[in-house]
Amino acid sequence: MTGFGYGADALWDAMIEGRSSLRRIAAFDPSGFGCQVGSEVRDFKVRDHVPKSYRKATKVMARDIELAVGAAKAAVEAAGVVTRGTALDDQAPTFDSARIGCQIGAGLIAAEVGELSAALATAAPDGDFSYEAWGESGMGNLTPLWLLKYLPNMLACHVTIIHDARGPSNTITCAEASGLLSIGESRSVIERGDADLCFSGGAESKINHMGLIRMDKLGRLAPVQVGADDAEDFDGRTVVRPYSPDANGSALGEAGGIVLLEALESAEARGARIYAEAIGFGAGHAPHSGDPAVRAEGLIAAIENALDDAAVKPDEIDAILPRATGCQEIDEEEIAALRRVFGDGLRQIPLITTTPAVGDVVASTGGVNACVAAMAIRHQTLPARINTGSCPDDLQAQAAPSADARLRRVLVCTGALGGQNAALILQAI
Amino acid sequence: MNTASTRAAGQRRVVVTGMGWVTPFGTTIDGVWNELVSGASAVGRITRFPATSFSTNFAAEVKDFTLSSHLADCGPHEHAHLNAKYALAAAASAWKLAGLGDLSVTGQRHAGFPDLNRRRMGIYLGAGEGILDFDNYVAANLAGWDAESRAMNDAEWARVAYAKLHADCEREQEPNMPLSHIARAFDVRGPAYNSLTACAASTQAIGEATEIIRRGSADVMIAGGAHTMIHPLGVTGFIRLTALSGRRDEFNAASRPFDQTRDGFVMGEGAGIVILETLEHAQARGASPIAEIIGYGSSADAYRITDIQPEGLGAVASMNEALQEAGIDPSGTGPDGRPLVQYVSAHGTGTKENDSVETRAIKRVFGELAPQIPMSSIKSMMGHLIAAAGAVELITCIQSIRTGILPPTINLHHPDPDLDLDYVPNCARDMNSRGGVRIAMSNSFGFGGQNDTLIVKRFEG
Repeated sequence: MTGFGYGADALWDAMIEGRSSLRRIAAFDPSGFGCQVGSEVRDFKVRDHVPKSYRKATKVMARDIELAVGAAKAAVEAAGVVTRGTALDDQAPTFDSARIGCQIGAGLIAAEVGELSAALATAAPDGDFSYEAWGESGMGNLTPLWLLKYLPNMLACHVTIIHDARGPSNTITCAEASGLLSIGESRSVIERGDADLCFSGGAESKINHMGLIRMDKLGRLAPVQVGADDAEDFDGRTVVRPYSPDANGSALGEAGGIVLLEALESAEARGARIYAEAIGFGAGHAPHSGDPAVRAEGLIAAIENALDDAAVKPDEIDAILPRATGCQEIDEEEIAALRRVFGDGLRQIPLITTTPAVGDVVASTGGVNACVAAMAIRHQTLPARINTGSCPDDLQAQAAPSADARLRRVLVCTGALGGQNAALILQAI
Repeated sequence: MNTASTRAAGQRRVVVTGMGWVTPFGTTIDGVWNELVSGASAVGRITRFPATSFSTNFAAEVKDFTLSSHLADCGPHEHAHLNAKYALAAAASAWKLAGLGDLSVTGQRHAGFPDLNRRRMGIYLGAGEGILDFDNYVAANLAGWDAESRAMNDAEWARVAYAKLHADCEREQEPNMPLSHIARAFDVRGPAYNSLTACAASTQAIGEATEIIRRGSADVMIAGGAHTMIHPLGVTGFIRLTALSGRRDEFNAASRPFDQTRDGFVMGEGAGIVILETLEHAQARGASPIAEIIGYGSSADAYRITDIQPEGLGAVASMNEALQEAGIDPSGTGPDGRPLVQYVSAHGTGTKENDSVETRAIKRVFGELAPQIPMSSIKSMMGHLIAAAGAVELITCIQSIRTGILPPTINLHHPDPDLDLDYVPNCARDMNSRGGVRIAMSNSFGFGGQNDTLIVKRFEG
């Protein structure tokens, strides 16, 4: 689920064509915010993507949960499997429910301010909030299940119920690294024999009042102001300029990125059309430092651990999907890590950058980027890069149209606000 | 397909070499343990915010806590929220007990083992989110709410929020922040994760940390959890879910797991951290293992968002997976005729539903042996530490193994005819005359249906 809509094909087609889904934010009036653009998933009604019997439960889904539910369904369809959530009347689910795991990363889910404000106002008759009034009656205006909309593990909760996934279940909450770390966890769960199939990745929307202000206050967002009248003419491709000396920040995207990892024997036995094999995973934590070259140690450790795990050398990587946020301090750290691991070989390796197209999708980053990497491997194609800035000579990150390419192994890697890093290597089957 | 999970022989053994906690009873292992064994209650009126009119106005708060008495170099952590401060203090205690160093003294953080390979050391926490900047957040919401149109004036909300909210305070609410603070304090460079599976989180974190060591991705893991939800919207959320006890007039006796008159849980807060290592790594540096982690299981109910699967099938799956991994036959007995698992730390929240389902699940797993296996809930004494509960309860399991004493379930004066297991009611039990405790199991079940089980064993070389 991305700003291009439902499913990985919609994302892939847009990436091939070099489009951006960054627009003036429509979910609320962004005019008072420092960054007024984002990538929103529009025309998506989660009710249409759950079994009829589950529609009532969609009332207690925060946006993040809706995106996870949509992405999980798209992943099930793409995998050609049947679950309780997608089975037609006479169909039996493909897997024993005990053998389906779920590792979906999440962020700090923000309460919807409108809903909460309406209740809070009842405890502030003269304009000032009164704890006493809140305790006596104000809180009674919140729906009883209010808290359950916002617990990070409710993404997995809904997905496991819909698809009857009763195996190991985890909710990694490490900001932008949540998705990749979750994919790494799914791989381990399958390798140790505790599941045959795992929902893996993450979902998050920070396109809400608190998400937007938090990221803006952290200096992460490009100061892009777009009036309502200019919204239609706005060119989203100009916002995020990864690695460019004139880059001035990122923009948020809401997304759900979920891949299904499956034991190879299981996939082969059912004749699945396999996108790629997850041959290596690594994680590492960055030391705290003002120097990007020192902070890069975390990403270096993650990538080197993944290379070791896959038993491949840096020059055997054919493309890299980095985080590419367009925030200079993060980009510098990332470049330092890639230079250290790949050395002079870096200039030979094309980068695939998704942020200019779908925004910074935070906890969904790893899942969305793993989808793109898998599609690139399947189609043996590099998607177009949109970058209206310039970039260092040794980085293949400048604007480029899509192109055929020999892509045997693709590295997906990311750091996170907080210092966690993860790397995943996908290989053509 | 559908092969049962099996463990390779000769895989890396994972031992606990350090443990520490911050609880409503205090921060030392022995001090807190003495309170638990004496059957005390840490529950009191909420002091963090004006909760007088709340239908639940009591909780088990951590009192008299200052980070600087645990951590000499507090400067980098000044903006840390309580969850991260609790985690740091608990980790420092665990680290010291493990003989790795002493963070309460400047320059001694790696003094115990300067050769520690930082890249081979990771962190796995089950930490909760930080605390909302409630007053400023409410101010923005009230300013932005237009009562007449019953809609938000988004620009006005933004104007007030930009003026009042602080970047540091907002960043620190992300659930990975306790992890980041620990990484900084201990200079961790290896795999780092935070899991937030509600009340199961820190059990899950310790289980997954064990798996990371087993698969060779790290030699040492700092694992556990930290959480507080004793803040206005946390308490509000649980009150609205009708999950909390409402015994305002007898709050010391409000947390009564497995009692017929139980009416909900009591909130607690704190942190529990263990240091996990491969046995080889611990032995090579001359450390003494305190206990060994021998089993971990994880499952999802996949049932309903508000209810537990009535037969406890999720809990059963989690326990069975952990038992299988540990190589324990739940219906088997040892040479002394006792069940192989000699103590279960219950999830035991004190809600009607949890305690009934949990009892059913234990019976399903252990069959006829179930009544012979003592199972208690320390939540009766220190409340429910939410994401941190599992780690703290694992430490109590280890304490039971070390001392041979089982902590009680207090406030259990009205036996529920349907709940007929041995809940160690009201008084601690000394098991030493019966051979002590060799193997214990700790269960945690999260809102939302994630279930996790750990099995810990006396270290026997």
